[in-house]
Amino acid sequence: MKGNIIKYAQDNIDTDVIIPGQYLKVHDYAELATHAMEGLDPDFHSKVKEGDFILSGKNFGCGSSREHAPIALSHSGIKAILALSFARIFYRNAVDGAYLLPIEIDKDAYDGISEGDEIDILLSTNEIKNITKNQTYKMKPFSEIIGNIIAAGGLFKYKPDQD
Amino acid sequence: MNIVEKILARASGKPKVSPDDVIFANVDKVMIHDVSGPGVIKVFERLQSQGISVDKLWDPTKVWVAEDHFVPSAEKISAENIVKLSNFTKKYGIEKHFKYGMGQYGICHTLSHEEALVMPGDVYVGGDSHTNTTGALGAFACGLGHTDVAYVLLNGKIWFKVPETYYFKINGKLPDHVMAKDLILKIIGDIGTDGGAYRTMQFGGSGVDEMSVQSRLTLCNMTTEAGAKNGIVEPDQKVVDYLSRRGATNVNLVKGDDDAEYAKVFEYEISEMEPMVAKPFSPDNISVVREAPSVELDKSYIGSCTGAKYEDLVAVAKILKGRKVKIRTEILPAAISIYQRAMENGLLKIFLDAGATIGPPTCGACCGAHMGVLAKDEICISTTNRNFPGRMGHIESQTYLASPLVAAASAVTGKITDPRDLK
Ligand code: SF4
Repeated sequence: MKGNIIKYAQDNIDTDVIIPGQYLKVHDYAELATHAMEGLDPDFHSKVKEGDFILSGKNFGCGSSREHAPIALSHSGIKAILALSFARIFYRNAVDGAYLLPIEIDKDAYDGISEGDEIDILLSTNEIKNITKNQTYKMKPFSEIIGNIIAAGGLFKYKPDQD
Repeated sequence: MNIVEKILARASGKPKVSPDDVIFANVDKVMIHDVSGPGVIKVFERLQSQGISVDKLWDPTKVWVAEDHFVPSAEKISAENIVKLSNFTKKYGIEKHFKYGMGQYGICHTLSHEEALVMPGDVYVGGDSHTNTTGALGAFACGLGHTDVAYVLLNGKIWFKVPETYYFKINGKLPDHVMAKDLILKIIGDIGTDGGAYRTMQFGGSGVDEMSVQSRLTLCNMTTEAGAKNGIVEPDQKVVDYLSRRGATNVNLVKGDDDAEYAKVFEYEISEMEPMVAKPFSPDNISVVREAPSVELDKSYIGSCTGAKYEDLVAVAKILKGRKVKIRTEILPAAISIYQRAMENGLLKIFLDAGATIGPPTCGACCGAHMGVLAKDEICISTTNRNFPGRMGHIESQTYLASPLVAAASAVTGKITDPRDLK
């Protein structure tokens, strides 16, 4: 899965900045997308392209449980978030709703990948290739259930009895 | 096994579970509100378009619905969301729908205990991150997103990774001027906003035994701000009495085993604790009140599931009695039952005499929705639980999180004030 990076080099990007509280009443996915990241980066909507990835620090998606957050990002075209760690509800929402991939990376990847780099996420080998810089980093493998839910295409398509 | 492991083992039909096991737990109670409800309805529509049946809920008697975030309806879209909720509960036969303007209603996490909707030992999930609050009753209480809640509504179960548990052993007794809010701010300041990530935060020890159920609710409420999966206190006779007074019968107590294991134990001695405040823009950015910056406040907000329970209003009244507020002060009891008790016991008169304004039970400005959001550069002291940029209004407004005592004392002086320093 190839895409370009939008980098926010900071920790604790919370769901209030991913989609501010005033839009919680909105359940139109396309409209939510127009407000994605508005609390942090008002230019996000104009710069994001279909297939892009976000790179960020620790505890991405902390705060409110609003599923509006992964929805707004995914409907903006974001296919994966690469972060040092994730807040649990954001992580679950992203996977169970099949909106985007939450990928845990290490410090090497976080420091090595820059804004605009083109990268390739290789789920089969749990590697991230930086095509722009010709570097390769490790990603944390998905735990078994998460991997199975992702492979099934979300929680509703996953059959627990298979485990 | 500790209490959480016991609850999750029972709910997943296993003799024993351990941290990191992935289980499907049968759910005992589910909550949705006027933000997550329409989100779930949207997921239902999507499922239907994929040919998945959404004709029947697994058990409508285990579901309850709150109207809290955007009520009284802030504008057209929120009014329509309330209509959607009503259509939903009618269609699926959900009887526990707490509608605003009709007797008891209020903030979802407040109703969970005021209406005795959740029992010790329950697996309780809600479409809201502060579902953790209700762990204070001895339940496994955990927030989920719309897709997960939709899954629970249709299947009655959901997957969890069994969390490891951090045990917070609280010794001593809180001094009069210090509240559970100060303690949880201190803990979050120590472990950070991801310090409890994916884990259970369990509170116990003589300090917690001493505490009222409402104080324990404050502790568990803000485990969310430390990233925890859930917060919990082992239930005792106080919980039984609390729930019985609110109409519950046959309250069973579940406890951990004597040889229960914890990933880590933290000890706190609270007898000498100081009032605390969390400065903008993070709940872990704490300071003792006497060392807080001397800023001119614009507003004091006393509301939310964290800081507008009955006991919180009593603390506020203790400060405001015979005094006047110097800044805009908004007091929003967290449920109608609390509002009513505050009226019967003379608290509302104290608030009005002090010059504060009283609002209806709503999340309102806690999440920057309506009912008094902050303007650019405005500074607020608040009994709520989050102070991220823009949380209570304009992205360049600022919020200091504090206990009801500190928020009330600050309302009187217009500066961040330790209640002991009030003249
Ligand atoms: S009062 Fe605030 S924290 Fe509590 S449920 Fe409402 S918005 Fe969330």
